[in-house]
Amino acid sequence: MLRFGLVLKKAVQVIITLFAVITFNFLLFRVLPGDPIRLIARAGNLSPEAISRLRDLFGLDKPLVTQYFYYLRNLFTGEFGMSYTYRRPVIDILQERIANTVILLAAATVIVVLIGVAAGVIAAARRGSKTDQSLVVTSLVFWSLPTFWTGLILVILLGVYVKAFPVSGITTPGASFDSSFARLLDLGKHLVLPTITLAIVDMGQFMLITRSTLVDVLTEDYILTGKAKGLPFRRVLWGHAVPNALLPIITTTALYVSLVIGGAIQVETVFSWPGMGRLMYDAVLRRDYPILEASFLFLAATVILANFLSDIMYMVIDPRVKEA
Amino acid sequence: MSTLLDIQDLAINFKTRSGDVHAVDGVSFQLEAGKVLGIAGESGCGKTTTALSIPRLLPSNARLVRGHILFDGVDLMQFSEGEIEKIRWKQISMVFQGAMNALNPVKTIGAQIIEPIVWHEPAIARGDANQRVLELLERVGIPAARARSYPHEFSGGMRQRVMIAMALACRPKLIISDEPVTALDVMIQAQILNLLKDLQKQMNLAMIFISHDLSVIAESCDEIAIMYAGKLVERGSIRKVFSQPAHPYTQALIRSFPNIYGKQELIHGIPGYPPNLIHPPTGCRFHERCDRCIDICAQSEPVLREVGEGQIAACHRIGETLP
Repeated sequence: MLRFGLVLKKAVQVIITLFAVITFNFLLFRVLPGDPIRLIARAGNLSPEAISRLRDLFGLDKPLVTQYFYYLRNLFTGEFGMSYTYRRPVIDILQERIANTVILLAAATVIVVLIGVAAGVIAAARRGSKTDQSLVVTSLVFWSLPTFWTGLILVILLGVYVKAFPVSGITTPGASFDSSFARLLDLGKHLVLPTITLAIVDMGQFMLITRSTLVDVLTEDYILTGKAKGLPFRRVLWGHAVPNALLPIITTTALYVSLVIGGAIQVETVFSWPGMGRLMYDAVLRRDYPILEASFLFLAATVILANFLSDIMYMVIDPRVKEA
Repeated sequence: MSTLLDIQDLAINFKTRSGDVHAVDGVSFQLEAGKVLGIAGESGCGKTTTALSIPRLLPSNARLVRGHILFDGVDLMQFSEGEIEKIRWKQISMVFQGAMNALNPVKTIGAQIIEPIVWHEPAIARGDANQRVLELLERVGIPAARARSYPHEFSGGMRQRVMIAMALACRPKLIISDEPVTALDVMIQAQILNLLKDLQKQMNLAMIFISHDLSVIAESCDEIAIMYAGKLVERGSIRKVFSQPAHPYTQALIRSFPNIYGKQELIHGIPGYPPNLIHPPTGCRFHERCDRCIDICAQSEPVLREVGEGQIAACHRIGETLP
C-alpha cells in the first residue's frame, strides 16, 4: 500500500511546481502588451491625476520586484485583487464560476468515465464481435463530433422541437422556488443538455483507451493462468484483466479533469453556462489581467493536483510503482 | 496402474488469414497415474497445442478436427464450458513458464495461490485455506512470510516455485508443465527440476512435461514423446529412446546435443526448417530434412509401428539395418 515517504516526496514536488507556475504566471502578465489603465479609462479623457491614482490603486507604479512580492503576499492571504471589468474582488467572481464549472464537470466526468470504461470493457471482452465493432465505430464518430455542433443539435432536438429541457443558463431567470428541492430540480434540468453534450463527445476516448489497454492485457500469460485455474471468463476479466488496465484509464481521467475545467468553453458558450471557460474567454477579450492571472493559477493548480492524485492512485493500484 | 489420460487421434487446426494451420495431426498417447511423460520437439511442432488442449485452454481460433481426450475415462471434449471449469486446476493444473509473466503483477502471490482453493472448494474456511497456502509455500521452499509479496519482488526461480505451489493448491491428479525451466539459468533449472521430481513422487502426481530441451526431459521423465510438425514421430521409455532412437528425427535431435564426455566437435544441427503447416508436405513430414529419405518417404505417410518393447516410431526405414 501507500508509503508515507513517497507521498511526501511527491507533495514536495507539487509545491515546487506550483511555485514555479506562480512565478511564471506573474512574469507572463507583466510582459504582455496592452495597458490595463487605458482599458479602465475607456472614456479616454481622464485627467493625468486620475490615471496616476488608478495606477496607485492597482499598484502598477511600483517596480517589478516589489510587485512580485506584493503578489506573493496577496496570494497567501487569498487576495487576488480587483477585476478591472467587474469591479469586484476576483476571488468572489472565481468562487462563483468555479462552483458552476465543477457542478457541470462532476456530472459529466462521472458519466463519461463510467460509461466509457464500461463500454471499453464490453468491447474488449468481445473483441472482433459485432458489439465490439459497433462500439468502436460509435466512439470514433462521437469523438470526432465538434462540441459546439453537438450542443447546437441537442438544443434544436431537445430544447426547441421537444421542449424537454432548458437550453441556456444555470437557473430559470426570475423564478422563485418554494423549496431547496425545487431549486435543485431546476438546476438539474439546466444541467441535462450540457452534460449530455460533454458525455457524447468525450466518452469515445475513454472507451477506446480502455478497450485497447484491455485487449493488450487479455493477451498476457497471467490471463491464461486465470482461465487455467477454472475461473469463469468474467472473473478473469474483472479480477485479473481490468485491475491491470486501470493505469492508463486513471491517467486519462486526470488529464480529462484538468482539460475540462478550463476547456468546457464551447459547451459553456453554447449553453450560456456561467463557468470558468466563459469567464476566461471574456477576460481575454477585455484584458482583465487579475481575472486571467487567478484563472491561470487555478487551472495550473488543478492540473498539478490531478496529476498528484493520479500518481497516488498509481501507487495504490500497482505495487511496482512504489519502486520507481 | 490405471490409465489417467488417454489421448486418441487428436487433431487440431488453427484458423488464420492465410488458411488452416494443421498444428496437431493424429497424436495419441496414454499416461498412467503417477507417471511423467515428456513431450519434446522444436518450436511450433504442436507440443504446447497438445498440452493446452487437455484442459481445453486453446485460443478461440483453434478447432478440434477429430480425436478424444479421455481423462479418468471421460471425454473432456464433450464437456460444457461450465463442466470443464470444474476440472481445471482441481484435477488438471498447469505450470507455465512462470519466470516470465504467468503471475498477475498487481496481486500478492498469496492471493493468487488462494484464489483457486476458495473457488473450487467454496466450503473451505478462510483460515484453513490460508493455512494451506502457507504449507504450499513452505513445501516449495519459500518462507511463509512472503505470501504478501508481489511477483516482481521475487527472482525468476522463486516465481517458478510460486507457480508450482499454485499448481499444487487444489491437489490435482495431473500437472501439465509447459517449459517450466526455460529462461532460468542452469543452477536454478536443476533446483526446480529436483523440486518438481520430489513433489511428483511424494504426491504421486501424473505429469506432462513439455520442453525443447532433451536433457531436461531425460532427467525428469519416465517416458518421452517426440513431436515433429504436428505429428508424433516416436514414443517410448526414456532409456529406450535415448539409447536406441528409431526415428531419424530423434536421432538427429540427440546428435545435435553436445556430448560432454565425447570428443569436442561442432554440434550437428538439423539442416532446413520445419515445414509450413498450412500445406504440410505429403508423405513423411520430415522427409525434406531427412538424411535417410527414399522415394516412398515423399509419397506415403509412415504409420507408428512397434520398434522395441514399449517403443513406437513412424518411419518407413525402420527394420532396415542402420548405416
